[in-house]
Amino acid sequence: MLEDFRVLPRCPGKGWPLEVLKQTNLDLSLPNGTPVDTSSPASSSSLLNRLQLDDDLDVETRDLFVTVDDPKKHVCTMETYITYRVTTKTTRAEFDLPEYSVRRRYQDFDWLRSKLEESQPTHLIPPLPEKFVVKGVVDRFSEEFVETRRKALDKFLKRITDHPVLSFNEHFNVFLTAKDLNAYKKQGMALLSKMGESVKYVTGGYKLRSRPLEFAAIGDYLDTFSLKLGTIDRIAQRIIKEQLEYLVELREYGPVYSTWGGLEGELSEPLEGVSACIGNCCTALEELSEDMTEDFLPVLREYILYAESMKNVLKKRDQVQAEYEAKLEAVALKREDRPKVPTDVEKCQDRVECFNADLKADMERWQNNKRQDFRQLLMGMADKNIQYYEKCLTAWESIIPLLQDKPETK
Amino acid sequence: MEDCLAKKMEITVSEAEKRTGRNAMNIQETYTAYLIETRAVESQSEGQCAPVESLWRRYSEFELLRNYLSVTYPHIVVPPLPEKRADFVWHKLSADNMDPDFVERRRIGLENFLLRVASHPVLCQDKIFYAFLMQEGGWKEMVNETGFQLKADSRLKALNATFRVKNPDKRFTELKHYSDELQSVISHLLRVRARVADRLYGVYKVHGNYGRVFSEWSAIEKEMGDGLQSAGHHMDVYAASIDDILEEEEHYADQLKEYLFYAEALRAVCRKHELMQYDLEMAAQDLTSKKQQCEELATGTVRTFSLKGMTSKLFGQETPEQREAKIKVLEEQIQEGEEQLKSKNLEGRDFVKSAWADIERFKEQKNHDLKEALISYAVMQISMCKKGIQVWTNAKECFSKM
Repeated sequence: MLEDFRVLPRCPGKGWPLEVLKQTNLDLSLPNGTPVDTSSPASSSSLLNRLQLDDDLDVETRDLFVTVDDPKKHVCTMETYITYRVTTKTTRAEFDLPEYSVRRRYQDFDWLRSKLEESQPTHLIPPLPEKFVVKGVVDRFSEEFVETRRKALDKFLKRITDHPVLSFNEHFNVFLTAKDLNAYKKQGMALLSKMGESVKYVTGGYKLRSRPLEFAAIGDYLDTFSLKLGTIDRIAQRIIKEQLEYLVELREYGPVYSTWGGLEGELSEPLEGVSACIGNCCTALEELSEDMTEDFLPVLREYILYAESMKNVLKKRDQVQAEYEAKLEAVALKREDRPKVPTDVEKCQDRVECFNADLKADMERWQNNKRQDFRQLLMGMADKNIQYYEKCLTAWESIIPLLQDKPETK
Repeated sequence: MEDCLAKKMEITVSEAEKRTGRNAMNIQETYTAYLIETRAVESQSEGQCAPVESLWRRYSEFELLRNYLSVTYPHIVVPPLPEKRADFVWHKLSADNMDPDFVERRRIGLENFLLRVASHPVLCQDKIFYAFLMQEGGWKEMVNETGFQLKADSRLKALNATFRVKNPDKRFTELKHYSDELQSVISHLLRVRARVADRLYGVYKVHGNYGRVFSEWSAIEKEMGDGLQSAGHHMDVYAASIDDILEEEEHYADQLKEYLFYAEALRAVCRKHELMQYDLEMAAQDLTSKKQQCEELATGTVRTFSLKGMTSKLFGQETPEQREAKIKVLEEQIQEGEEQLKSKNLEGRDFVKSAWADIERFKEQKNHDLKEALISYAVMQISMCKKGIQVWTNAKECFSKM
């Protein structure tokens, strides 16, 4: 059954071949929703799973599609907030229905993220857009802001969906399907605290002797990466600021030609032409700045936060290793008394190795995504600039005949 | 225009040189001198190249020449000089009048001024102008001998005229209004343009920072490194390209500036017309009052309350002989005044006629020049857009390889 999916054409964007989905789903639901392969995909240490993960990147097999759209504003007596529609289409056996549609607000996404972080400590959890915006600078309920946030939330869920381990997370499932998420949140409190147990670390006391070289390299990479991205973010913001100031002047500049045109006879038309042309350039510039603000900056921000997430995972890994090293040391001291290595130390070693493997896989995936995302982002920036110049070019070229048309007065 | 000087002679301001000398107060000063080169065109056809005549002039001599021209030819829109100090410039350009870029632009402006005068149908025939081009020594003395300064009207008189003219010529009033508006709109335009240039400069230069950060970032990337590095290079190119673009735009600003100053020249003609009209009205008024006096004396009635009426009442009537003599003097004055008025009327008509002809000529020149300027501005913008498209296309190519 699963093989069938592998040949499904990849659906770009939101499109989903519904016909195929319905059919396949019908077939799948026959064995009572239990997949053939019973090895828990949520087990992070599954080597098989990791191999599959790498395949996925190339083959683009997908059986879970999630989109965030249709933001709605809710005005209550206590607060005003926005909810987004989260639509799920899937053939996965973990889901009872092939399709779900729920409404979630930002704090639900936030809840999901913290649950993922808690239950999947060895994995890189994609970042959420920042919760707080500088008050007064951005209107939290403006169409642009909501749309930018919607895109970021959509990206967040897509990144989880694409992840071979995270997409099978129980909380994620609940987030996508539960009618009443709040009830689940309350009920889950006690239950989930136990799951968190396994990832609690011995804090303090033990210090990691040395990070293995490859993780040290990842750490260094992330530090530089964050730094450079921070700079790019600042440059991009500065450019937008300069462009907007340029726009303010340009908006004053055009009409001056019009005013002048009003004084003139023969020159009136050419001057009006220049004025209109500058007006067109203003519109093009406005679009460029808007695109940069709404498409370019959010992706940069996402990656800055992404790098932070990655650094956190790296820290957790260090802690797990530190714990292992401490235990090993303690055993070494007592070795003379008890020659056998205790099982809990072995367990600990396993955990370090699993963590390392998960992290490396996630890092590799992240690197791949990053490369694609930045290629797209930067090409997009170039495209937007080309389009801007093309619009201005057309505007200026179109007035040349107007300037030349009049017979030379001699 | 067939026989104007510009057709017979090549005129260039070919060089500018910084000099130090002593002024009239014997104080050391630094100034810029400009080399004027002239060459007769006629003899070329005879197969022999005419020798190049050259002489140096200072900006202040150009100013003197222009002053002389505008006083001597009040009915002509005398071409303006380029600005003495850099004005309406965007921040990057220095406002220092010794700045080489500024000196160079002024050199072009002065050359343009000479060419405008040389191709003007009336001005080109002026002897003083010719001497300015050809005769280095003694030129100043020659100008002063013309006594043009005596003919210059005082500001006070001009101001008086503006407020007291009773029957202003509608056409000149409109033209004056137009000059005011033109001056205000061009100066507004130039001011905004300078700010636009400033901002555009900022937009481009900030992109230059991408050049550095992409290059630094590329150092830690494996597959993306090369693409980033070369894209960074294109961002550097982009940032650097704005210098030439704005330098070129400054030429457009200079063209507009010439017309900003032309507006003043146009207003000067209107002012001179006002003065003339004022003189005429004063003469007519004088004549009327004299006629009235004469009539009063002849008939013995006092129509209006006057000091003379008062004195005659207080001190008794004049003798008939005295009255006769007075009437005779007045009659002579009236005749003289009538002739004067006639000649002033004639002069005024001539002025209006020739001024209007020159204004028409100016309008044609202005429409033509400004259209050319707008076309060249549009062409500059087009080339800037094309450069932008080129750079971003190159950068996109690099990004696509990442």
